Parts: sequence; C-alpha cells; structure tokens
Amino acid sequence: MAHTNYARSIELPKEQIFRNLQNAKRFAIDIGGSLAKVAYSSDWQRRAPLVYDEPDSDGSIYNVAEKEETMVRLHFVKFETKYIGSCLDFILTNLIDSKEFMRDKIIKVTGGGAYKYKELITSKLGVQVDKEDEIECLICGCNFLLKNIPDEAFVYQRHGNPDYTFQGVDQDVFPYLLVNIGSGVSLVKVESDTKFERIGGTSTGGGTFWGLGCLLTQAKSFDDLLVLAEAGDHRSVDMLVRDIYGGAYNNMGLAADIIASSFGKATRIDGENFQKEDLVRSLLLCISNDIGQIAYLQARLHGLTKIYFGGYFIRGHPLTMHTIGFAINYWSKGEIKALFLRHEGYLGAVGAFLKGNEEQDAEKYSWGENLAGSSGLASPKSSYAHEGQIQHSIFDHGFDMLELDRLERPVLACPLLLDPSSYFPDTVDLMHDVDARTYWLKCFADSVDKNVQLAIKSQAEEPGVEERANKYKEKYLCKLRTLSVNPCAYGSLTVRSLLDTGSQCLAEFNFPDSYSQQKQQENEVALRQLPDHLKFLDALCGDTVNLALAKGLLAGNVFDWGAREVRELLETGQFSFLDAQKKLQDRPWLYDDFDAWSSRLGKDPPYRCAVIFCDNSGADIILGIMPFARHLLSIGTQVILCANSRPTLNDVTYSELVILVKRVAELCPRISDALASDRLVVMESGQGSPCLDLRFVDQDLVKAMQTRKADLIVLEGMGRAVHTNLHAAFACDALKVAVLKNRWLANRLGGEMFSVMFKFEKACKVSVSSNVT
Amino acid sequence: MAANEPMCESTTSNNSDSDVDSESLPSMPWFGMDIGGTLTKLVYFEPMDVEGEGNEEKETLRIIRKYLTGNVAYGKTGIRDVHLEMPDQVIGGRQGALHFIRFPTHEMQAFIDLAKVKNFSSLASAICATGGGAFKFEKDFQEQVNLQLHKYDELDCLIRGIHFIDRHNHSCECYYWARAGTTDSHLQNGHSASAQPSATHSDLNSPNHSRAVNGEATSQSGSSGATSSQSESNGPQHSQDKNAGSDTFGDGDWYKVPFDFRDPYPYLVVNIGSGVSILAVHSPTNYKRVSGTSLGGGTFLGLCCLLTGCQTFEEAVELASTGDNHKVDRLVQDIYGGDYGRFNLKGDLVASSFGHMMSQQRREEATREDLAKATLVTITNNIGSIARMCAATEKIERVVFVGNFLRVNTISMKLLAYAMDYWSQGVLKALFLEHEGYFGAMGCLIEYLKLGHPS
Repeated sequence: MAHTNYARSIELPKEQIFRNLQNAKRFAIDIGGSLAKVAYSSDWQRRAPLVYDEPDSDGSIYNVAEKEETMVRLHFVKFETKYIGSCLDFILTNLIDSKEFMRDKIIKVTGGGAYKYKELITSKLGVQVDKEDEIECLICGCNFLLKNIPDEAFVYQRHGNPDYTFQGVDQDVFPYLLVNIGSGVSLVKVESDTKFERIGGTSTGGGTFWGLGCLLTQAKSFDDLLVLAEAGDHRSVDMLVRDIYGGAYNNMGLAADIIASSFGKATRIDGENFQKEDLVRSLLLCISNDIGQIAYLQARLHGLTKIYFGGYFIRGHPLTMHTIGFAINYWSKGEIKALFLRHEGYLGAVGAFLKGNEEQDAEKYSWGENLAGSSGLASPKSSYAHEGQIQHSIFDHGFDMLELDRLERPVLACPLLLDPSSYFPDTVDLMHDVDARTYWLKCFADSVDKNVQLAIKSQAEEPGVEERANKYKEKYLCKLRTLSVNPCAYGSLTVRSLLDTGSQCLAEFNFPDSYSQQKQQENEVALRQLPDHLKFLDALCGDTVNLALAKGLLAGNVFDWGAREVRELLETGQFSFLDAQKKLQDRPWLYDDFDAWSSRLGKDPPYRCAVIFCDNSGADIILGIMPFARHLLSIGTQVILCANSRPTLNDVTYSELVILVKRVAELCPRISDALASDRLVVMESGQGSPCLDLRFVDQDLVKAMQTRKADLIVLEGMGRAVHTNLHAAFACDALKVAVLKNRWLANRLGGEMFSVMFKFEKACKVSVSSNVT
Repeated sequence: MAANEPMCESTTSNNSDSDVDSESLPSMPWFGMDIGGTLTKLVYFEPMDVEGEGNEEKETLRIIRKYLTGNVAYGKTGIRDVHLEMPDQVIGGRQGALHFIRFPTHEMQAFIDLAKVKNFSSLASAICATGGGAFKFEKDFQEQVNLQLHKYDELDCLIRGIHFIDRHNHSCECYYWARAGTTDSHLQNGHSASAQPSATHSDLNSPNHSRAVNGEATSQSGSSGATSSQSESNGPQHSQDKNAGSDTFGDGDWYKVPFDFRDPYPYLVVNIGSGVSILAVHSPTNYKRVSGTSLGGGTFLGLCCLLTGCQTFEEAVELASTGDNHKVDRLVQDIYGGDYGRFNLKGDLVASSFGHMMSQQRREEATREDLAKATLVTITNNIGSIARMCAATEKIERVVFVGNFLRVNTISMKLLAYAMDYWSQGVLKALFLEHEGYFGAMGCLIEYLKLGHPS
C-alpha cells in the first residue's frame, strides 16, 4: 500500500510504530482535533523460565527450561488525524485474521473525532464503534496512569537540581484539577474515580499555537514550531514591562522582564521584519502563560492545590513546562502545584481502552510500564541553548513511547509500611547526587559485556543468540547514554531503575533468565551442605545460636553474582560458605543491632509472623535463610518466605523456592512439619527486581500479611535493604540485613568491602491519621 | 457637580474635586497625561472663564487652544476625540471644557521635539503624567524640554478618573449592551441587585437616553479614528450588528442602555490597553490589582498587523467587522457535529481558536477579514474568561470594561456582554464607559489639581 504522505510521526518503519500489531486483540481510538491516538492490546509471545520438579532426573533437584509465555501488552501510537484513513488501512492489512477477525468486535472511540470518523472506522475495519465520552475517558486514563506508573507525574523546575521531580505514587490523588490541552483546553475538577465536573475551558490551546504558528511562519508541523520557538527571542515581539516603564513597575511588583503585552511590539509599522523564531517563541509563551493563569484561577476558585496537565500540547517541552509552571507558581505564590505527565497525550486513549476492557473482562488488572520500551523525556540542557541545530535531538527519542505490560496478578501497597503515601523505596536519588550517578552509570555500562556473555551462554545452542544479545547491549547502553545527558529521562533515576531497566531489556530480547543454570547448580551445592550446617547449628546453645544464624544469613548473602568483586571470587569455583563467613567484617559491624535483636528473640511473646524477602539462590537462601526461618518457626513464629515472581540476576524466584523448600523439607522434619501445618508458606512478591518496591506487592501476599497479622519484616540483601528500603519506616519490627559487596558504596556508608549491615528497628509509632489497615 | 449628586457613599471622600481648595490650585494650563505602552492619552481642561485673568495666562491658553483644536501638536497620528469632549464643566471653581486627545506612544519623541521647538516650557513648567511612560520618559522631558514630569500611580489615576467622569457625566457615561428580541430579565436582575434608587433606575432604562449630551457630536473628519463603528454608537440605538448572523454570541439587535453607576461598589475594572489589568474596587479608596494578562489590545493589533498587513487599530477593527471567524476557528460543532451536550457546550462555541489554520487548504481560504475577526474574538473571549473568574473569586457582580481596546470596537463589547451574561447564568453584568481609555489621564489631572503645584 502506498502511504507516501504520512506525517513525520509515522514515517518511521511501521513495524516500529505499530509494534506487534499482527497480534492485536483489542483497539481503542482517541481522535482529537489534530492528533489521533490508538491504543491496542496484543498478545506478546516471549520466553519465560520454566522450573519443574521431575524427581527421576539425573540427581538434579529440579529441572530448568524455557517456555513460550503469552503476555498482554498495551501499545500506544499517535498520528495526525488527517492520516486516519491510511492508518486504518494499515491496521487492517496487518492484522493476522484481517477483516473477518474484526467483524463482530467493538472498538471504543473517544475524542471529538469519534463523531466525525465513526462511519469511516466502521466501513474500513468492519467493526462496531462505541463512542465513549471524551472527558470521562480522560479522567479514567489519568487516574489509571497515576496509579500504575510510579513516575508518571512530575514537577518541572528549570535549573533545579534535578529539573524534574517525580511524584511517586500519590496515594491521595484526589481532588485535583485536570487541564487537558488539546486543540482547545478543558478544565476538569476530579474528586474521585467517578465524580468529576468540567468547570471551564478556553479556546486558546494547542490548535491555536499550531494554527497561528503556521500562519506566522509557514512552518507545517507542531514539532517544527517547537524547534523554532527554542531558537527565538520573544523580547523583540512582546512588549515587556521594561518597554513601558523603562524598568520594573515596583508598585505592582511587576518585574521589568514580565510580558505586559504579547505581540505588543508587532504593532510597529516601521517595516520591521520579525524573525519567525521570535514570533513562535512569543506565541508559545503567550499561550502557555494564558493556560497557566486560567488553570490557576480555576484551581483557586475551586480550592484545588494540584493541577495535572494532559493533552498533546506540552510534549515534555521544557520551555512550555517552565512557562506554565512559572505562571501557576507566580499567581499562586507557590501554593498550587503544576504537575506534568510523562504520557500526557494518551489519557483519553488509555481511558477508552480500559472502558472496553472492563466490559469484556470484569477482573481488575495491574499494569506495569515496560521500561525497555519507554521513551525518554527531553533533556533540559539542550533546550536552554539558543542554537537551533541541536534542538532536533530532543524529539528524536519520541517523547511519547509507552508500553504497558499486564501483570499476571494484581499488586498493592505493602500493609506493613508505616505510611504508604510518604514511602519512597529508593535510598539514593541519582538525579540529584552527581557523584553517585556518575559511579553507577559507569558501573552498569561496564557490566554490560558480562551480561552479554552470560546471556549467550544461557542459550548457547540457539541460532542467532549473539545477535540478540548484542541488540540487548545496544539498547541498554543507549538508555544509559540518554541518562547521562538527562538523568530524568525515564522517571526517577535510582540504582533500582538501572537494575530493572537492565533486566527488562534482557527479557525484551528473549533472555528471561541468564542465571537459571547457575542458580540451579548453586542450589544443589548448598543443599548438599545443609544437613551438616543444620547439625552444627543444633549443637549450639543459648545466645550463640542467634549469632550463628545471623552470621549464616550474612555469609549466605555474600554469594551475589550481581556484585562485580564477588563475582570474581565466585568465578574461581573455589569460594565456599566457610570462606564467605571469614570474609565478613568482625563485630561490631558497621550497623550492629544484633544485641537488641537477640534480646528480642529471647523474650515472650515471640513474633506472630515473620515476612522474609529473600535475595540470592544457593548458599544465601539455603544455608542462610532456611536455618534462620527454621529457628523462627521453632520458637513459635509463622514464616512467610517471599521470592520474586520473575527472575533477575541470581535472585531466587518463587517457582524455584517452592521446589527448594520441598527439598529442604525432605531433609528437615521441622520444615516439613511447618509446611504441612501451614506455619511456613512460600509466596511470590509480585516483583522481578533485585530491589524491592513495597508499593507494588502481590495481592495474595498482602492478604497473607494481614490475615496472619505479620509483626516482623526481614529484608535481606543490598538491593532490598540498602539500595531500597534503608530508610523505610514500618508499622512492625523490621530487620534489615546485608553485606556490602560494593567497595564504592561501602566507603560511602563509612565502611569497607564486606562491611555488615544488621539493622533492627522497632515498630514505628503509628499515628492515628496514617494508620495502616 | 458631584457634590450635588445623591450618593450612598460618603461625599467627603477625596475622589471628588469638591474638596479641592481653589487657593492651592496650580496655575494653568491643566493637563493630565497617561503614557501607555501603545497610546498616550491626554486630558486638557480648557477654561472658558478667562475674562479678567492676567494677560499672560490668557495668552498661554490661547496658544494651547490653537494647538489642541488645530490638531497639529500631536502630529499626523494624534487625534482629539471631539465626541468625548465634556463642555460646561466646573473644576476647581473654574468653568471650562475637558478635551480628550490621544497619540501613539512611539510618537513621544516627536511630541518632545515639538515641545522643544515650540518652547512649551514657557507655557508650563510641569506636566503631570501617569502610565508606564511617566517613568520611561521622565528623563527625556527633563533634559530635552526642561519640563518636570509629575508622576502619579497608574491605578490611583484610573479609579479617580472613572469616578470623576462618571460623576460629571452620570446620566450617560456608563451603559451596558442589551439585546432586542430576548428577555432582558437577567440583566435587570443584575441591575437591581445593586443598591440603585429605583426612581432613577426606570428612568435610566430608556434606551433613547443614551448619549444625550454627546450624541450630536460627530467624529472628527480627517481622523483615522472616524469609522462607521464609531458613528454607529452615535446613531440609532438599535444598531444592527453587521455580522450578527454568524457571531458566536447569537442573533439579535444590540442596543446600549444607560446604567446608573453612582453606587457601583464593589466592582471589577478590566482595563484593556496594550495589556490588561484587572482591579477589584470596593470603595473610592479601597482597590487592588487582582490580576492581569498580557493578551490585550496590543496582542490583537500586533497579531492583526502580522496576519493581515494592516497598519492601524481602526483598520484592524474594520477588517474584523466584515470577517467570519468560523473560517478560522474550530467550533464545538466542527468537532462534535453539534452540541457537546453532556457538558453543556453549545455547538457554535469556539473550541479551538485558529484551530482550522493548521490545514494548508483552510489557510489559503481564510481572508484577511476572517483572520482579523478571529484574532479579535480570541483576545476578547480570553479577556472575558479571565475577568469572569476574577469576578467569581472576588465575589463581584459588576464588571466594568475600559481601555482603548474597546474604542470603535462594538464587536468586542457585545461579545463581552454576551459572554459575561451567558457563562455566569446572568449573574455578572458587563458595563462600559463612554470615555473608554481616558480615565487614567483624567485621574492624573485630578491628582494634579488636588496636590497643587509647587510653583
């Protein structure tokens, strides 16, 4: 088919734009005055690790393989509304089952164009078109993104350090004002998922910028106009306070460089030729200022202190965000917050899709952002500059790429947190901390080759494995480079985000679990050592037991393939559990609450239920965690062992742990009894990260914590207790245990390589208002 | 005289000239100047009771009169708004006429040059001025013409000027726009909500009462300001809007109705010059600037110049009066095929100003007139919308629009009248004043007289 006149936004190879279109199952379209946004869900085949129990095999404790797994992924595409016909043709010809497949389907359509293009869609795709209210979809989409994407909303502060401040997951999102800037502007007061009201609007919006911009400059596209605006100087076009007063108007508190009259200088008839860059910049400032002021006035009238901006006007454009944010800050004297959205353009499409989804499938799903597929925000650095040439680069990444993966199971905030709304998982903000950022970006870039090797090794027999591994490398390094220019490009930058992006990039190229054989082998070795280790522990008496268990936990935690220096030790093949114990720092440890911990264990009543988040496979889980859990069980505490739902590094996964615990039970009657009596349970955490984000924990685990009245949380390993949750406050007692296996980080924390963190924190006082149920 | 008017507010407030001690009055001539970003406005009091005065003053006044009425002192682009002249005024015990003159601020240097050549400093040693230019040009006046600029606060002057002119022209200064063929009940409600004496109320509602004094004044010939729109406001009261059929504010004949403004508090002043200032006025002395926007008259004219190649405000308004913004703007019905019923948005509302102009074909089809009209509607609606929110925030129902953006600009006035009424469900009332842009200059003159002259 000929699609020669596509807008630039879809001139890219179509398979990149309409990713995975052939497996599309359900569509929703948001047709705006100028841009159309398509959301579609596709079945996405990818490899997943398979761990299975086959006792008669050759002495292995379990078997590993890879299976094809079908997951559901939500894709978003935008294009200019005028190309809707050819885009529909493209969709049709690329669907596997073509028109017949669509015949009895229903497509949700929203936006102003729902009316205009209804017939076209029906006739082209042969589907039934269901119109959904535009504003309802916007609100639905906005609430969804704020709930499911932790770094969706941000405050923009020019020359801030960092320029972007992400808002995390706002637990009390309502009430807020949504300012949707499409061709025109709608202002909607949102009080709950179902209660909202359009309180105003203005016709001076994105269409005005685009339309007037074209008239003034002959430029064609919106993005071209933004590029022009970057290079302009509005002071030759606008009349400033300075131009009227000769300086500031102090009586009114108006600074000299405030715009008194937009385009006020264009009235001069002395034949002056205005630069088109200057005109567009003036136009952008004028419209952004105006929208900011109107948003502020409405927010104040309705007593709202948070304003979210959606639509397709801002596009992460720093000058626009600065202008709108400045206006709101100026008028409200800092009392009202302007919040921008990373995926501002897709609110309506998300909402329309969800409406269709709800009707088909009553189940509530959780969705996670596919970090490998997300595009980055513009770098504030490049847009400060006044040279036009480099400006093109800020749009190259495609500000608006978004893919959401449907999680198999719903996730919820961990009920053991003292205050989920103030909880932030990460310890170090790499957007702010330049030293740490420099170190970690380099550290992760340096480890890429090793990951490539491992990935290839894990699928050595496969044809084309090297090519895939190299694609992973390219993708991940590209992300790291983007981050070195704009640390805020993909949301909060933390060690966690870097680790997770790495894992998801690997999975994207069908390397779901490079460590599976490694883990299996280490588990087998550790399991063989377990009986002797248990015997050794059982021979101890009194306080020495607790210390030995603690040291076992720590020694086990040394076995971490994610830490480079340890990896070198492990690669020798000679490093034993005993060696690990010798490596540990002598007491007093860097953080040493052991005495308090030991004394608590000696007291009555014992803990009701301990929730343990496990770290590595092998010695860590089998020789460290299992004896520790066994001891807790023996003093009357129930234990929930939590492992990752999805693999990452050599962290033990839920499916592995289920089998491992079964094997341990075969060796140890106490574990066997506990399993049988349900005092010991293995559960999945809902995560696939070496770190732990307690805002998104598997729903069943949350339920178990509640019904068993968990009163102790144990976080093990650097990822879960140092990179994240180091400062997390819990409503119950918490034990945070890790061995510092990164010299740079250890030094930073005032310790050395193999320094020990053994933090025991009593339950924080729960204030009535923030009581967690 | 203001002192004779029935007033609910205390008459001892200093907004009236009645407390001006004629002993301390400065010597003639009496000027008030408001130097704005685009236009400079001058108010001149010409005494008519000069018999028996000293020859020197008489001679000075004669020369000034020659310049003023001869229409040369302010160059080709200066204009005396003859129709606004207020004869038979008594100020500071003197009887005379108030003249209203304007010229572009960019001609200020020419004005200064002329003042230098004509040796103005022999006629007056000081000029009182307000507006931004009072600050900007202070040094120039001092150094080049040896004239001292007495600076007065812009907003103080604006409020003083409104009160003064309204007191002296109360029967016909303030008015609102009503529409024939529609029930005027909401406007009446808004009206009676204010503490008006009911007797004058009914009296003033006679449409034919408007402009009784100045009605016979005709626009000055030769002035570029003399447009058909201007004479329209002086002509038949039921003036037909040229483009009523296609306007977003609906069909119908609009006419002006006088409004008794003697007890106006609280009210909002929306002063639309190059930019816009919005003031909440609670009493003659209690007022504050509550908001403002840079999208004002300067934006309208600037964009019109860029889009249509026009050169003057009058030309821009004239173009707009025959244009159709629907060719340029995207309406609710262009998007939804009709009303957006769920949120009560009518189909003929503008959804996106200039929203059609992203299409090459539409750009080619749009005429200069259409573009001018769209610009005018965009700016006007935006001002109306900000004014409405400010009124709601300040809990004020009367909104007075002033400033030279409204000069010869009935389209904007009607749009504002319609928008204020429509969007507030009849709660808000848009009011207008005949001396649109001259209140700052008037107030400046009052301030000057009140304070006395140092020499």
